Amino acid sequence: MIVDQYLHKPVKLLFVEHPYAEDWLGQICILDDVNCTLHELVSRQKESFDPLQNMNARLLLEQLDDYLSAMKDLLKQPREEVKTVALLPGRDKDGRLEKFDSLVFYPGEIVAIVGPTGSGKSRLLEDIECGADGNTPSKRRVLINDQQSYIRKKRRARQKIVAQLSQNMNFVVDLGVGDFLNMHARCWPSEGSGNKIARILELANSLSGEKFALEDNVAQLSGGQSRALMIADCALLSTAPIVLIDEIENAGINRRRALDLLTSEDKIVFLATHDPLLALLAQKRLVIKNGGIHRVVLRSKGEEETLKKLEFMDRQLLEMRARMRIGGALDDCKLSTGIIDSECAALKRNTAE
Amino acid sequence: MRLITFAGPPSSGKTSVISKMIQIYLDHHIRVGVIKFDCLQSNDDKFFAHMNIPVLLGLSGQQCPDHYFVSNIEDVFNWGQELGLDILLSESAGLCNRCAPHIRDIPAVCVIDQMSGIHTPKKIGPMLRFADIVVITKSDLVSQAEREVFEMNVSYVNPRADILHVNGLTGQGARELVGVLEASTDDATVSGNRLRCSMPTALCSYCMGETNIGASYQLGNLRKIKIRDKDMGG
Ligand SMILES: Nc1nc2c(ncn2[C@@H]2O[C@H](COP(=O)(O)OP(=O)(O)O)[C@@H](O)[C@H]2O)c(=O)[nH]1
Ligand SMILES: Nc1ncnc2c1ncn2[C@@H]1O[C@H](COP(=O)(O)OP(=O)(O)O)[C@@H](O)[C@H]1O
Ligand SMILES: [Mg+2]
Ligand SMILES: [Mg+2]
Repeated sequence: MIVDQYLHKPVKLLFVEHPYAEDWLGQICILDDVNCTLHELVSRQKESFDPLQNMNARLLLEQLDDYLSAMKDLLKQPREEVKTVALLPGRDKDGRLEKFDSLVFYPGEIVAIVGPTGSGKSRLLEDIECGADGNTPSKRRVLINDQQSYIRKKRRARQKIVAQLSQNMNFVVDLGVGDFLNMHARCWPSEGSGNKIARILELANSLSGEKFALEDNVAQLSGGQSRALMIADCALLSTAPIVLIDEIENAGINRRRALDLLTSEDKIVFLATHDPLLALLAQKRLVIKNGGIHRVVLRSKGEEETLKKLEFMDRQLLEMRARMRIGGALDDCKLSTGIIDSECAALKRNTAE
Repeated sequence: MRLITFAGPPSSGKTSVISKMIQIYLDHHIRVGVIKFDCLQSNDDKFFAHMNIPVLLGLSGQQCPDHYFVSNIEDVFNWGQELGLDILLSESAGLCNRCAPHIRDIPAVCVIDQMSGIHTPKKIGPMLRFADIVVITKSDLVSQAEREVFEMNVSYVNPRADILHVNGLTGQGARELVGVLEASTDDATVSGNRLRCSMPTALCSYCMGETNIGASYQLGNLRKIKIRDKDMGG
C-alpha cells in the first residue's frame, strides 16, 4: 500500500509528495495539524463530529490508498496517439445509405465539411466526437486506429482525444493570459511549460491583428484575440490529437496560419464551414446534403489558384481594417499586401502629428 | 427496475440532462419515470410530466433534504416497481455539499456545470467524490483549455469516475451517457442497501427549531470554533 510509507510520518510530508492528497483529505477531515502523523490523523476522526465519523480508521486509509493509486495511474497516462480516423457510411435523413466504403484521415490533414444550414455538418462533428458506433441518428461508425469504441474508453481527464473550437466558446475564468496558460500546463506537470507559454503567446499574437500580453485578462480579450489564443493553446498544450472546428469564420484571425499551426502539431482537423477560403485550405472537402455525405471533393489545381486569389483579397481586407482603425482613408483600392506594417506605422506618424 | 441517482448543485443542468435522456429512452420504448427531491418548491415535476412519463415530487420542507431523501427512497423505489418502470431517475436538489444521495451498487451520476467556476469540483464534496459518472454541462460556452482544466479538477476529487460532457440544450452527449449507464452492471434494490457516504451529524437544539443565539440555548451535538491567542491579533 502507498499509505504504509506515510503512516508514521507527518502528514505534511504526504502533501509534499502527493499535493492533491491535501484537498482530498481536507474534504473528509479537518486538517488543523499537519505535523501529526497520518496514523494520528485518522485515529482522531472517531472522536470528532465529522460527517465520516462512522468511518473507521482502516477504511479511511484504504480509501486514501485507493485514491493515491488512482491518481498515480491517471498522471502517468501518456499522451494519446491517433494514427487514423476512419468513417464508415451511415444513412441520410431519408434513410438512404451514404455512397462510400470508408473514408480514412491521417494526422496533419485538414478536412472541410460544407453544406447548407441544417444539412448535418454539426452532426458529423458530433459523430466523430463521441466515436459513433451506429447509435447516432446518422448511424455512422467512427473507427480510431481501426478500433471501434476507442473514444468511448477515453472518458478520463487527459485521455480525451478530441478538442473542440466553436463560435460560442469564451474564456470565463478571471485570470491573466500567463496565469491561465500556466494553469492549463499544470494538467501535464511532467512536460515543463516555461518556453511553451511564451511560444503560445507569440503564436497567438501572430494569428490576431492586435497584440496582447501575458498580463492581460483572458476574459477581456477581443473576439479575434481570444480565438487566436484558443487555437495556439489548443495546438501546443491540448493533448487531443483530433480538433473539431464548428464555424469560426468571423473570428478575425489569420486563418491559414491558424490551420497551419494545428496541422504542424500533427493534429487531424475537421472544419465545418461556410467560408470558401477556409474550405479551400483543406485538401479534402466533404459535401453534406440532407444529413448524408453526398460528395468528397479533392482540391483541384484550379482551386489552388482560387485559393491564392482569396488569400490575397483576405489580406487586402485585413489591411483595410488596420488602416481604418487608425483613421486612414479607404478610398485607395490599389492596396498591395506586405506593406501593411510600414504603411500603418507611417499613417500612425501622420495622425500623431 | 434500475434506479439511477442524479445529484448536483442548483441549476447545474440536472433537469436538462435527464430530459434529454428521457427522450432517448422513450424513442427506444423503455419505460422511464422520475422522482424529484427538493426542499420547498419545484417546477421540475411539471416539466417532466409534459413528457408524459410518471413523475413524483418529494419536498423535504423543514427537514434536512438529505435525510428526507434516505428516509423516502425505499417507498419511491417500490412506487416505481409497482408502475412497472424499467428505469427510475432520481433528481436531488438542495443538497448541502456534505451529503450525497448515492447508494451502493446503484449507478450514481453527478451533474456539474462548467460555468460555475474552475474550482467548483473541489467544493461540492461527496456527491462528486462518490459518483460513478460525472456529467459536465455547459461546456459549449467555454474554451477547450478550461474544459481540460475542469476535467482535471474533477479527477483530483474522483480519479476513477467516467467524465462525460453533455449539452443540456442540444442533448449532445446524452446518447453516450445512456450508453455508459446501459453498460453498467449496478442495479441493486434499495431495501437493506446502504448509502455510499454517511450524512453529517445533526441533532442539536437548532435541528429542533431553536432560533435564539447564545450558549444557554445550545444543546446536543455541537462543534465549536477554536479561537487561539494568535487569532486575537496581539
Ligand atoms: N448553454 C447551456 N445551458 C445549459 C446547459 N445545460 C443546462 N443549461 C441551462 O441551465 C439552466 C439550468 O438548468 P436545469 O436543468 O434547470 O438545472 P437543475 O437545477 O440542475 O435541474 C437552464 O436555463 C438550462 O437551459 C448546457 O449544456 N449549455
Ligand atoms: N444522417 C442524419 N440522420 C438523421 N438526422 C440527421 C442526420 N444528419 C443530421 N441530422 C439532424 O439534422 C439536424 C440539423 O443538423 P446539424 O448537424 O445541426 O446541421 P448543420 O450543422 O449543418 O447546420 C440535427 O437535428 C441533426 O441531428
Ligand atoms: Mg451546425
Ligand atoms: Mg432541476
